[in-house]
Amino acid sequence: MNDHLNPLTRRRFLTWSGVAAAGALATVGATQVDWDNLMSAASDDPLDPDAGVLVVLTLYGGNDGLNTVVPASDNAYQDARPDLAYKPGEVLDLGENLGLNPGMKGMKGLWDDGKLAVVRGVGYPKPDHSHFRSMGIWQTGSPDTPIPTGWLGRWLDVTDGNPLHALAIDPVLPPLFAGEKTAAASLPAGGLVLPKGDLGEGFAALGAASDGEEHWQAAAARSITDLHNAAKTLGGAVHGPDGEDKDQDEERDKGASAGGNSGLAAQLDVVARLIEAGVPTRAYSVSLGGFDTHADERGTQERLLTELDTALTPFAKRLAATDRGKQAVVLVYSEFGRRVKGNASDGTDHGTAGPVFVLGDRVHGGFFGDQPSLTDLDEDDLKSTTDFRDVYASMLTDVLGADPGQILDGHTQKVDGLVNT
Amino acid sequence: MIWAMVEVNERSAVRRLYDRFGFGARPGDLDQSFAQALDKLLTAPPGGDAPAPPNLPPPPRPERPGKGEKPDKEEKKKANKARAAQQKQLVGWWLDRMVAVDVATAERLTWFWHGHFATSAQKVKIAALMLRQNETLRRLGMGSFTPLAHAMIVDPAMIVWLDGNDNKVGAANENLAREFMELFALGVGHYSEDDVREVARALTGWTIDKHTGAAKYVAKRHDDKPQTIFGKSDDYNADSFVDLVLGREESAPFVVGRMWNRLVSPTPPDDQARDRILEAYGPNRDIRATLRAMASEPAFRDEKTALVKQPVEWLVGLMRALGVRPSALDEKVQAKLYKGLMGLGQVPFRPPSVGGWPSGASWLTTAAGLTRLKVAQAVVEHAKLDPLTQSKDRVEGARELLAVDVWSDRTRAALQKVGGDPAKVAALAACAPEYVVSR
Repeated sequence: MNDHLNPLTRRRFLTWSGVAAAGALATVGATQVDWDNLMSAASDDPLDPDAGVLVVLTLYGGNDGLNTVVPASDNAYQDARPDLAYKPGEVLDLGENLGLNPGMKGMKGLWDDGKLAVVRGVGYPKPDHSHFRSMGIWQTGSPDTPIPTGWLGRWLDVTDGNPLHALAIDPVLPPLFAGEKTAAASLPAGGLVLPKGDLGEGFAALGAASDGEEHWQAAAARSITDLHNAAKTLGGAVHGPDGEDKDQDEERDKGASAGGNSGLAAQLDVVARLIEAGVPTRAYSVSLGGFDTHADERGTQERLLTELDTALTPFAKRLAATDRGKQAVVLVYSEFGRRVKGNASDGTDHGTAGPVFVLGDRVHGGFFGDQPSLTDLDEDDLKSTTDFRDVYASMLTDVLGADPGQILDGHTQKVDGLVNT
Repeated sequence: MIWAMVEVNERSAVRRLYDRFGFGARPGDLDQSFAQALDKLLTAPPGGDAPAPPNLPPPPRPERPGKGEKPDKEEKKKANKARAAQQKQLVGWWLDRMVAVDVATAERLTWFWHGHFATSAQKVKIAALMLRQNETLRRLGMGSFTPLAHAMIVDPAMIVWLDGNDNKVGAANENLAREFMELFALGVGHYSEDDVREVARALTGWTIDKHTGAAKYVAKRHDDKPQTIFGKSDDYNADSFVDLVLGREESAPFVVGRMWNRLVSPTPPDDQARDRILEAYGPNRDIRATLRAMASEPAFRDEKTALVKQPVEWLVGLMRALGVRPSALDEKVQAKLYKGLMGLGQVPFRPPSVGGWPSGASWLTTAAGLTRLKVAQAVVEHAKLDPLTQSKDRVEGARELLAVDVWSDRTRAALQKVGGDPAKVAALAACAPEYVVSR
């Protein structure tokens, strides 16, 4: 229960300690679910094959949108960042004087097939340059006030509060999945194999509720029960490689100070298998980190976008090959774009609006939203042309079949035509 | 106060003190008064008994290719391997040190500051720089926040981590300026975007000596055009900027708030308690006095006060309780523990971002429960479980060994399922909600 920390105390804590995004999750984590009922329902009643599935891919660190969807033929672009700019001949032409980063050849193929939408200039009012505040805004969906719940956590709350309906492929739960009543489940890319025999029985028994137990201890117990139920439902679908001991750093070092995951392909592989198996999960979260490119950006970002591309393209193609996979829509975003002008460490500092990618069989490919001007700037930063909640509202309505107003504090405006219904 | 506060008893308060200012109580620790325990924890000399840090010579650098030559892939691979090995050595050493020291307060505070000034080896690839920062955090971590903050802004690993190397006159890089104010010393919302830009200029000139790895100030890289920070104009440098920030009225509540949040409770103290703690922090920004003041607050003994142990705190506490030194384990087991920490989402020297590690529910995920059990089994396998084997009631024996106040009926029933097998009882006990959460 959350009653030991009332909203006022919570707010006061958030302002007093100065931590919003990290604090958000600290206040939730309870699932109030009768698991036995849910599990029998899940096995009797797998996900409706026509139900939309949303895969949210977070790029941590602030991906440089201008070097992702590149206005290469715009002189203002070339002038603002001469050391970083791609030449028109280097980018993969999308039309309208924009081209994809040369690392994104597979996604260019999806674009040509009409399966990739690029929503341009996505941001929120009064942009914040803090990674944590800005990521907090994107993940909570609340640009004005810090709140302790994520937008998909609230979606969980208003559906049936089954934590299995949202799943993070990550050992640590992202704030976007924290609800007031429910936190999403998480699954390691390595899979879930529970102990057997009396140890297994004892372990399962640790998950039983204990009357009057303290909030966090109750949450710890619930997580053990959630684990057992997750293993029952998902276990068969997941038996990935058991985390081979590979060098975690390789070439991804430069933009690392703002967090995120590596091994995107492995995360997406798990997601694809779960979708194909018909587990009841409707929202997934995966991530890729390293985009905080304050220095030596070009090589670093191009490598990361290549990693994104080589993970995402086969994922999209695999999904398109099955009926369940065809219902899946992938949303790719980052907490902000970067400053228009290069910073002369051959990098860029924190900026504002950036492109959001939406892809999948049901996606209407092409451009949405207007490209922000490179000359009409707000204190050297791009002015956003599309509110990020419009994109969320589209996902909630057209993919998850939910009422966005209830989840986004009354925001119902969508990006029209983004997803075919 | 919305609820009537119930205080825990003296013994539980002592146990809580060991949980929060150390890595958990060991047998015998609980047989003293709260005042004695607090004195012991706050005055113990840091680590005379601690294992010495590893020798970390600069790893071999691949020869720079000549013009038109391709870099030697084999050489590069070898260098990367050496670098990764040094990083793991460093992690192993610190875990071992956390377990080995008699009084762990200095290590716990070093750990706290590591999460606060979060710097990662993912980008700072020279292990010796990470070690140097770690030693600075330990040396200054229980003294005054003033020298600590001054040391961190010119700490070599920090400079590399937040691109200080690239911050020079005419080419300001905002990374260090912003994060220092937002996350280290002031808190978000207490400075403007203009301040960030100006601070970045004030910090220009600091860089790393390529050969020694030391931080150095290069006057010709400094932007000596006056900067206006918080409305005051001057030619600031790293030191005068830090003094300016620490002097802001929001700084002390921010720093003290972070300490309370991580060491006592996610629920902030009430205004009176906050003011008493701030008075202890005082103009000297006295960390030890702050710890004493926090422990002396009635809220410290509030029955409802609870913290989810972070994975490292949980593992180190378990190894201390079971007398398992990481350095005594063979490499395979050490690798297993390292992988376990990775699976739990927390490896020392590798925070996920400059914002440090998450807290609370973030550690109580479905995935974590299973990894925790596997790690506990690996530790227990190498523990001397004599006290448990000899006790008549092994479920009770495990409770005493892990210094848990009381088992719930639920946990007692769960532990009884393994028929008194000491290893299984201990491994399960380590995963019990009563041990995973510090009350």
